[in-house]
Amino acid sequence: MPRPVIQVSNFTKTYRDFVAVDDVSFNVYDGEIFGLIGPNGAGKTTTMECVEGLRTPDGGRISVLGLDPFRDVHMLQQRVGVQLQEAQLQKRIKVKEAVKLWCVLYGRKAADGERLLEQLGLVEKRNAWFMTLSGGQKQRLFIVLALINDPEVVFLDELTTGLDPQSRRAIWELVRGIRERGKTVFLTTHLMEEAERLCDRVAIIERGRIVDMDAPEALIRRHCPERAVILSTDDPTAETRFRSIPSVDDVIVKDGRITVRGSQTDLVTEVIRCISESGLQVTDFRTVLPSLEDVFLKVTGHSIRD
Amino acid sequence: MPRGLLHLTWIEIKVFFREPLGAIGTVLMPVLVFVLLGKVGSRLAPNSQFTSSNVFRIDVPVFAAILISLNAVLSLVAIIAIYREGGILKRLRATPLRATTILTSHVIVKLLLTAATLVLTILLGKRYYPVGADVPLVAFGLALIITTWSILSVGFVIASIVPTARFAQPVGAAVLYPMLALSGLFVPFNAMSPTLQKIASVLPLTYSVSLLRGIWRGDAWSAHMGDIGALVLVFAVCTALSARIFRWE
Repeated sequence: MPRPVIQVSNFTKTYRDFVAVDDVSFNVYDGEIFGLIGPNGAGKTTTMECVEGLRTPDGGRISVLGLDPFRDVHMLQQRVGVQLQEAQLQKRIKVKEAVKLWCVLYGRKAADGERLLEQLGLVEKRNAWFMTLSGGQKQRLFIVLALINDPEVVFLDELTTGLDPQSRRAIWELVRGIRERGKTVFLTTHLMEEAERLCDRVAIIERGRIVDMDAPEALIRRHCPERAVILSTDDPTAETRFRSIPSVDDVIVKDGRITVRGSQTDLVTEVIRCISESGLQVTDFRTVLPSLEDVFLKVTGHSIRD
Repeated sequence: MPRGLLHLTWIEIKVFFREPLGAIGTVLMPVLVFVLLGKVGSRLAPNSQFTSSNVFRIDVPVFAAILISLNAVLSLVAIIAIYREGGILKRLRATPLRATTILTSHVIVKLLLTAATLVLTILLGKRYYPVGADVPLVAFGLALIITTWSILSVGFVIASIVPTARFAQPVGAAVLYPMLALSGLFVPFNAMSPTLQKIASVLPLTYSVSLLRGIWRGDAWSAHMGDIGALVLVFAVCTALSARIFRWE
């Protein structure tokens, strides 16, 4: 079992009468990408900022790399990298100036910053003002700044919110790269696709409470095992043939389209085997697999977009 | 020296001058007011009657100096509000930069700006004003720095209260300019009603005007220890207050 680098137990945070985070406990282990997922206002950022030492918890214990994040914040800052939600830099600061400042603050050589700019594809933007960067470039710069001190843990808060799908995918690649360097990543997102593609483990947070926590595939298996194959065929025997497959729960025929449902992981294989063995002519074939989005709907009773 | 202070200050200076409107408004406005008043004055009374009057010899330079100071403070209020609203303060605070270092760098920038504007004003105003050997310019500059430093703390209080960047400058102006009206520059302190005198005596600009006017006239520093004491008190009170109410985000 890898060692936990972040330990949160019975953490609570209240703003006046509003309980933002209520008795939350989780561990983040060395070298994993851990995601805190949930809708806006669920308590993700509050939790992350308390773990970063930017806010004080009202109750519970938080430990990061063996340090108390609030009391030892200055010691912790040297060992972690932070990207904040909706943060900005001075509008007219140049990319290279921001990077140089960060190098000075963390006692790093300017060459370290330059190398990161190169790795994140920002070299041509060295002399550009912050305000002239695109959304994706700004987020890449914030990743550079978060990595300048070669941190052991990297915090990424809603990293790709507001980015177009292409920039989003590029950023996901970068985050996987961070893990490959042996670092631990703790991120928040309200994008279920992002969590599913990026995270080794996720905790679903809803109204300040953790509803469930596991690897995305495990959560899907646990909460939404139902899957379906949708296909088109003119063969009148198809329905009975599919019904005879043991792992099939239901077959629905509508407008020449057949939907085969089941909860076993071998459903797709079995349907394909059946088609092949009985020589069915199939004109269309696709699968509908459950996603983290469905898990969210199931465990919270509403869609994340509500 | 706190880590990053010099570096951050240098960046803030560069960033300030990259915004043409802010730089023009803050630096050139007081200079223009001063030069225009000089032009108008010398046209009204070409034969030096006006230019030798007390109003022209003392009050106009003091007025220009106070404007320099207030502009620096208003600019600070706006910048802090923008930085807070944009999450810039928060981002900087999540680094090894100490909170005081971030604010100190802004104070240094504004004090440097004040000094630079004063020098520019004197150079450009030379033609219209009898600024000669009898005026202690260095001491006056120092008095202006003390004034600005003190009023900047009032700026921090305003910046702590103002909710958004949009309102920062107007709210700042609404607080500071009435202070100027009661500062004794336009209406002599003794000519005010007792109520107004009471109000004026708790406003920092009253002491700034007294200090600047005195130093410009050639008074010794020792004659204005009361003014300096009041300005230091304003700084102490406002700094303590903003330390309590200042919001970083």
